[in-house]
Amino acid sequence: MVTHLSIERDPAIAIYDEELAARQPWSRVIKKGQVLRIIDLLANQAVDTLIYNAHDSSERYSAPDTVVRQGNIFITTGTQLISNEGNVMMTVVHDDCGKHDTLGGACSMESNSVRYGLHKKHLHACVENYLLELSQYEMNKRDLVSNINFYMNVPVSEDGTLEIVDGISEAGKMVDLRAEMDVMVLISNCPQINNPCNAYNPTPVRLIVWNE
Amino acid sequence: MVQASVLPETSAIDPNLILLDEKLPGGAYWHSVIKRGNTLRITDLEGSQGVSLICYNADSPIERLNVADTAKIQFNAFLQKGKVMYSDMGRILFSITEDTSGYHDLICGCSNAASNAAKYGVGPYNKYGESDYNNSRNNFLKALGKRGLTRKDLMPNINLFSRVAVRPNGDLSYVAGCEKPGSFVDLRAEMNVLVVVSNCPHVLHPDTVYKPKPIQLTIWRSPAPAADDLCRTANEEVIRGFINTDALFAQV
Repeated sequence: MVTHLSIERDPAIAIYDEELAARQPWSRVIKKGQVLRIIDLLANQAVDTLIYNAHDSSERYSAPDTVVRQGNIFITTGTQLISNEGNVMMTVVHDDCGKHDTLGGACSMESNSVRYGLHKKHLHACVENYLLELSQYEMNKRDLVSNINFYMNVPVSEDGTLEIVDGISEAGKMVDLRAEMDVMVLISNCPQINNPCNAYNPTPVRLIVWNE
Repeated sequence: MVQASVLPETSAIDPNLILLDEKLPGGAYWHSVIKRGNTLRITDLEGSQGVSLICYNADSPIERLNVADTAKIQFNAFLQKGKVMYSDMGRILFSITEDTSGYHDLICGCSNAASNAAKYGVGPYNKYGESDYNNSRNNFLKALGKRGLTRKDLMPNINLFSRVAVRPNGDLSYVAGCEKPGSFVDLRAEMNVLVVVSNCPHVLHPDTVYKPKPIQLTIWRSPAPAADDLCRTANEEVIRGFINTDALFAQV
């Protein structure tokens, strides 16, 4: 993957550089000014992401405020990720995928039971990942709202039709997020196997953090 | 009473079935528990600029409306007759059993102090950013406060009587001029639902003069769903959603 890395940021001087295995949760405080890179290592891996003010978790990412602020439903280079209080939490400073979803939400055991069959309830799901990770912070489902799905393709047609379809990402595509305040980033490397969001095969992603 | 004069005749509710009937002025908010099986009718009396709505399982408010699941499970971002509102627990809060508006939004969230100030200008604000130009975020927070809930309990909402267009490139815009005075939506509670309604203009409504219009709120004793009920049988997903929902009441 090294050949795909951006020339502008050198992983050798990163303060964090780890592979997040398929289906796993992750969280980390990203300080104001630091940059988090998420690399889709093997193509079309949905990375379900939420953001909290590191000092007050009741301030958190707001999908509606983000899409209304920019007048567009897709997340890409230049998108400011807005909180429920109207503050800029992070900025997408680089994106070579092109667009990311923030309407589709996270998969859960309960929604899987509705979408795919009652017998699919006990498969892995992002909300399960989120809850386990959030338990470290004494947070719970009250803290979950509509998230960002990096590398997930959810077009909306003019009649409102909305569906998770085959991804437009490729191996090595990356997105860089600069923290505009101290934030806690929560990720579920999506374990969904019932729709194309992970090409039916969850894969690892690489997470890198730099001081800027 | 519902202002029957502005409604099509067929939509009038038998007065004997009406449990509560209230006019909500523009800019105001309202909250109530709608018992499972009853229906909340919200009527646009004079050409609404949008009505923001959130809802919860009244018996356990940590279960709440999930607009992402509502869109994703039904493969559509626009709500209309025959669709339902899903909670974050794979259950159904409300069925949309009737809808003569046809334009409802679940993408854009709600107005707040900053968005209202940008559109309507500066008024006499208190330190919480509250002005005479009430906004839906503050309305929601006040209603939640009366129920022992806080801003952590506030999630993305639905906007009734609001037409939002999404272009293939993702661009969002409000389509003005689609309001229909007299149009209404019937929301049948499928569990005991705590609903909060904020009657403030849609965050993208282009009017720069603050003049939200009144709406009518009517809770009525609606008939039990028939075997071929539109909302309960619309697709395989909703059939499973109702299995999950009805299980909540298996011991009642």
